[in-house]
Amino acid sequence: MSEPLHGDNMTTEDWLAWAGADAVRRGLPELKPLLEALADAQRRLRAADWNEDAAGRGADAGRPDAARPGEPGEPEARP
Amino acid sequence: MTVPLHFYAITELAPLIAAGHVSSVDLTTACLAEIEAHNDALRAFITVTAEEALAQARERDAEIAAGRCRGPLHGIPVSLKDLIDQRGVATTAASRVRDGHIAAIDAPVTARLREAGAVFVGKTNLHEFAFGTTSDDSAYGAVRNPHDQTRSPGGSSGGSAVAILTGMSVASIGTDTGGSIRIPSAACGAVGLKPTYGELPVDGVVPLSRSLDHVGPLARCVADAWLMYLVMRGTPPAAGASWADARRVSGLRLGVVRPYVHDILDDEVRGRFAQSLAWLRQAGAKTVDVAIPHAADTASIYLHTSLPEAAAYHAASVEAHPERYTPNVRLRIEMGRYVLAEDYARAERGREVLRAEVDRALAEVDALVLPTLPIPAPKIGAPTVEVSGKTESVRNLMLRLTQIFNLTGHPAISIPCGSTQDGLPCGFQIVGRRHDTEALLAVAAACEPCVVA
Repeated sequence: MSEPLHGDNMTTEDWLAWAGADAVRRGLPELKPLLEALADAQRRLRAADWNEDAAGRGADAGRPDAARPGEPGEPEARP
Repeated sequence: MTVPLHFYAITELAPLIAAGHVSSVDLTTACLAEIEAHNDALRAFITVTAEEALAQARERDAEIAAGRCRGPLHGIPVSLKDLIDQRGVATTAASRVRDGHIAAIDAPVTARLREAGAVFVGKTNLHEFAFGTTSDDSAYGAVRNPHDQTRSPGGSSGGSAVAILTGMSVASIGTDTGGSIRIPSAACGAVGLKPTYGELPVDGVVPLSRSLDHVGPLARCVADAWLMYLVMRGTPPAAGASWADARRVSGLRLGVVRPYVHDILDDEVRGRFAQSLAWLRQAGAKTVDVAIPHAADTASIYLHTSLPEAAAYHAASVEAHPERYTPNVRLRIEMGRYVLAEDYARAERGREVLRAEVDRALAEVDALVLPTLPIPAPKIGAPTVEVSGKTESVRNLMLRLTQIFNLTGHPAISIPCGSTQDGLPCGFQIVGRRHDTEALLAVAAACEPCVVA
């Protein structure tokens, strides 16, 4: 992993481009489809409503009284 | 037709051995003969410790003759998944990476089984380093399902399930990081228990993902799994004592997890599960639908937890000797090296959410129930399978209904609930409250006679 992550915001697309290029550089091109699958999982993970945010969003997910996804009161749409 | 003694349950054998009516040498010899006859085809064992097993069996028989019985496990032939250390024997993890390794001491679970009188017949085959669900990526060849040898027995503890099904051992010890005890149990028609996380020591067991790894038994019935669990926990029952105190089915409250779980199910698996529920209701159990709202996030959380933890363990070996790994397992390890720390942290938070939601689902019921596998045993080497007209990844499906309870740490057990028209077993999974594995076992023992077709 000699190349730094590139892109301005460390998005999943930035990560995937870097990881895929690094895998090819290391002689592992067959890793690319697996990394694409991992990118799908990463997108879902990052979009999850439990993720806390310094602005105060998401801190309630998982609490016993938290709203369930798809129920009234859900703060954001889920992927 | 008479069932040979080495196909009996431990609960049936224990009083016969204690009374001197059945000898451990005869039982062990019969198991070794099954291994000799069928292991070339089924590849259930990597190492067979025939001489040591017969020596142990002779010692156990001598003890009985002298009036000493160690307990219900006295003289019972048992196998160990080849991730678990047995002193003086190689722990291969089904990998060439471990060539030359010999365990210096027993893992604590091995030592406890030994002290309880178990006879070790050998080390069972598995998916290399337990890093897969089909037991086909093994340096010692793909394990085959006895019900249909073109099919996988499930994994990663595939050899253990095959061993107890075919009389090669009476019980076996496996490990479960995403379902590796419950998956092969379901695919082969055995009982497989994953206790609460942390209850059984994993020292002396090759890790896959330390925060998800569990040790547990595969057995022929719930009572046998219960016994093995108690012995490995360090609280073995005394000789002649009872240990499997089943609940009454009447009045049991079972939570049926439908959203997510029933979204992708093979039609015959769905049918077997529905029939099992009907029989339980007929026997007096009450069923209510419950939900785990974030269950659909399980796979993304699991990947971002298990992959980097596995990569950390394998980093040095995969750099030094990548050619010693099977290609698929090597790629999965490499995949883990690209997971970012911030995503691992997100997954940790997701685990807390899932744990709270499973706790909540269990709040008003005695246990959760769901199929163990959404499909019957897949063809060996098949990357995908058709379910309801859609092509699905075999690996994703195999883990789909089990891995969530590795993330949350809840105890879970798979018991057989009949077979498909092609004779492939289906599994009925029951999930209990954390830190109360015995309550789960009591529920499972109650359900067992109702769901076994």
